[in-house]
Amino acid sequence: MFHIPTLEELNLIGALPAIALAAWAVILLILDLFVPKDRKQTTAWLAIGGIAFAFVANLLVFNNNSDAFSGLYRADAFTGMLNIAILGSSALGILLSMDYLKRTGMERGEYYVLILLATVGMMFMAGANDLIVVFVALELLSIPLYVLSAFRTNDLKSEESGLKYFILGAFASAFYVYGAALIYGATGTTQLVEIFSSISVAVSGGGQSVVLLLLGSGLLLVGLGFKVAVVPFHTWTPDVYEGAPTPLVAFMSVGSKAAGFAALLRIMIVGLPTLMVEATDLVAAWQTTVWLIAAATLILGNFVALSQTNIKRLLAYSSIAHAGYIMMAVAAAGTPGVGDMAARGALIYILAYTFTNIGAFAVALAIEKNDGTGTDLKDFIGLSRSRPILALMMAVFMLSLTGIPLTGGFIGKWVVFQATLDAGLVPLAVIGVLTSVVSAFYYIRVVVNMYLADGEGDPAAGATPTVNWATYIAFAGTVLIGILPMLVTALSDRVVLSALIP
Amino acid sequence: MEATGFSLLTLVLFLPMVGFTILLFLREEQAKEIRWTALGVSIITFVASLLLWVGFDQNEPGLQFVQKWDWLPSYGISYFVGIDGLSLLLVILTTFIMPLAILSSFRAHVLEERGRQKLYYMFMMLLEWAMIGVFVAQDLVIFYVFWEVTLVPMYFLIGIWGAEKRVYAAVKFFLYTMAGSILMLLAILYVGLQAGTFSLPEIIAGVQNGTLVFPGDGLFSTQSFLFLGFLIAFAIKVPLWPFHSWLPDAHVQAPTAGSVILAGVMLKLGTYGIVRFCLPMFPDASVQWAPIVGTLAVIGIIYGAWVSYAQTDFKKLVAYSSVSHLGFVVLGIFALNAQGIAGATLQMVNHGISTGGLFLLVGMLYERRHTKDMNAFGGIWKALPLFGGISLLVTLSSMGLPGLNGFIGEFSILMGTFGSDVLGFFFALVATIGVILSAVYLLYMFQKVYMGELDKEENKHLEPLHWQEIAVLVPIVIAILVIGLQPAPFFASMDATVGALVAQVREHIPTVVQVP
Repeated sequence: MFHIPTLEELNLIGALPAIALAAWAVILLILDLFVPKDRKQTTAWLAIGGIAFAFVANLLVFNNNSDAFSGLYRADAFTGMLNIAILGSSALGILLSMDYLKRTGMERGEYYVLILLATVGMMFMAGANDLIVVFVALELLSIPLYVLSAFRTNDLKSEESGLKYFILGAFASAFYVYGAALIYGATGTTQLVEIFSSISVAVSGGGQSVVLLLLGSGLLLVGLGFKVAVVPFHTWTPDVYEGAPTPLVAFMSVGSKAAGFAALLRIMIVGLPTLMVEATDLVAAWQTTVWLIAAATLILGNFVALSQTNIKRLLAYSSIAHAGYIMMAVAAAGTPGVGDMAARGALIYILAYTFTNIGAFAVALAIEKNDGTGTDLKDFIGLSRSRPILALMMAVFMLSLTGIPLTGGFIGKWVVFQATLDAGLVPLAVIGVLTSVVSAFYYIRVVVNMYLADGEGDPAAGATPTVNWATYIAFAGTVLIGILPMLVTALSDRVVLSALIP
Repeated sequence: MEATGFSLLTLVLFLPMVGFTILLFLREEQAKEIRWTALGVSIITFVASLLLWVGFDQNEPGLQFVQKWDWLPSYGISYFVGIDGLSLLLVILTTFIMPLAILSSFRAHVLEERGRQKLYYMFMMLLEWAMIGVFVAQDLVIFYVFWEVTLVPMYFLIGIWGAEKRVYAAVKFFLYTMAGSILMLLAILYVGLQAGTFSLPEIIAGVQNGTLVFPGDGLFSTQSFLFLGFLIAFAIKVPLWPFHSWLPDAHVQAPTAGSVILAGVMLKLGTYGIVRFCLPMFPDASVQWAPIVGTLAVIGIIYGAWVSYAQTDFKKLVAYSSVSHLGFVVLGIFALNAQGIAGATLQMVNHGISTGGLFLLVGMLYERRHTKDMNAFGGIWKALPLFGGISLLVTLSSMGLPGLNGFIGEFSILMGTFGSDVLGFFFALVATIGVILSAVYLLYMFQKVYMGELDKEENKHLEPLHWQEIAVLVPIVIAILVIGLQPAPFFASMDATVGALVAQVREHIPTVVQVP
């Protein structure tokens, strides 16, 4: 009845990084029972050890270019590059968490295990080559994050954060599943490559199946759009970011965004690039929708960020805005022939954004007080005097988020804009650059407070050695990508999604 | 222009970054070492840049000292630098102004008061690197990188060590210039995608031999939009009227060295950009827009002069005079002939020296009296004879007195404008009125500050010039006299390049009878 896959078809080596980390997470859950309550940092270091192993494994299979689990999972440079961003953000997130959890009195071993599980979910999402696997991965990454958001127990804001994230997230998952079901209905398969093959038949045939496909792809967009926080599915972001523990926000603001975009890019570029209403259309039918979402996200994210006074909320809106920039690349992928370039652009952007954003959150966390206050923009006043190195790094992070050259942010914007123009979406590119100017207004305010405003600087008591190291790594990544971008493009040049299409 | 080995130009470009790195490892307490390192490095950079001039072949219109390394190979972007007759003088201007700006900071009161000297000199080094980079970059993206990077140190120089309203001025400066340059980013991307390369010489060659066509019929063609994308970024930097409103704030609030660099070098990034990018890449649009830009330029000339005359703040007067002087430069560029462009290039250098000098003088007075109000002075020449004498020379040079540097450039621009096929008599006439007005406000300033009775008690016992201050002013005086009396070698160094550029652009002037 059932075909039992052979080991060769499973090709576990391809998915080794994710499988190893999943196994390690489960083992760690048991090991943690034997770690004394006051020495939970051991668990954290063990978790980082697991991540390091997965990282090395990921580099080893980077050029693997094979299918695992009978084609449900794809191990290629796209997966590999995303894994770098995901594992990096998770390791940095744990580094940031160690002392933070202790000083805010919420240190528990499960925290690290949950982070590892979410990381595994993200990694599976990066490699998912099938709509069902995307869904399973989506849940695997989301459920730990719901729990973690509410980790600051006894704090109403954190509870609100967790509950809000959970309810809205559950809604979004439902949208996603419905979309996947409709696409299955139209094509009879959930594997992206097969979806692609049957779409050309459906499009040339016209009729009902195209309607199903359009509806289905729209619903997928809703579900994943929620994960990556694009307008109009962004409303949860500021509240969740504000209430959740800061190191967790640092992790999920980049990790789950990377995973969400991974699924979105792969589904759109591998599965649905030729989804057109008429066979004679020049671009994919979803391009206009994505285009509009990207434009709306850029405008709303950047403009609302202008009026924020809290760094966590500001970074929340800024993360919405950055989702808009990556969404530009997704829109560009709708033009035939631009898919690979758009995917590379998005990947470089995500990698640069990973380092920069985690760095920014790290500095915010360093000045945060034990009760979760002290993250207003005015708390940055005078930081360049009290903590010159920390302030300098924060300034670089802000410049990178603005997109000033010699930082990773510039390279990311550059490649995304280039893909957008290559796809012929000139108005979207114009919106992109104009909103970048708007973003300069609020990022520069942080720099103004740190360097130009007079006042007694915050001692940044939260900047413990592990936090400092995480910040240094984020800083090094940000600057390195900015000055020597060929290091990143050497990886991204290997990304060829369109080769999956038969 | 084979790019092999290590070019002297790369050395000149990266010397300031060597200084930056050394400073990074000095401690704040080592104030003396910090200062002298910065000064030493900037002087070495100057000497190295003179070697560029020595090795420069005047008869070669193309690029020299070329260096090309991959930067983003898969996107067709490379670290590609080189200089021709246009860049050479501006690179030397930069390396000439920087040591003076740094030396003038040694005694700056504001550095004592606000501290953070290490950061200050590190920003100076970063700024010098980025400014030289703008003048030598031959890849559009690398150019943009340097262009944007100049913003950051200047923003901090104004914002941390500026006067009372420094934060406002710094933020305004940053946002205004960034808003301008971001449109250029799009234009660069578009040009690069069309051309398949970001290398400027290749793009220009493509435009010339017709393999790369930007449709350029009318004022609202693709070429015009691209032209404007670049021009607006440059016009804000220049600043061309009506994009000048950031300049008085930035100049007045900046510390002395900041003003000197701003006026001396940074404004030229804009005018240089127009000559380097707008004209050769978009010749049709340049021709079509020349009368409009020329009109803005003459408005700027008159407006800047007029507003200068109305000032009582010494520094503001000099700041507005820049609007007027840079109007001349833009006018000369859009005359689109050899006289105009060569004059404009020389005038960029002259303005850097003269106005840079004026800001140094204002700064020295400010250090002594802590005011920039001209009414507080009077009879300064009697109190400080040497200072007064140098001030007169610099003022006259800024005015364009024959025999001094300012005259040569202005005269050449006016001749170019007069004989231009796209501008012509009327523009030259209005600009000439501007020359007269500049004499009015500068002499008015000189009379108010230096002449008259030494009637105010505070002015009677001013501290005489320190040897460091003399050391700052003497090179300025020498440069004024050398360029004024011997302009020929300066023109000669750029003749070949300007000639080639003008030949390219003039093919696109419809009314010109093409000489076979």
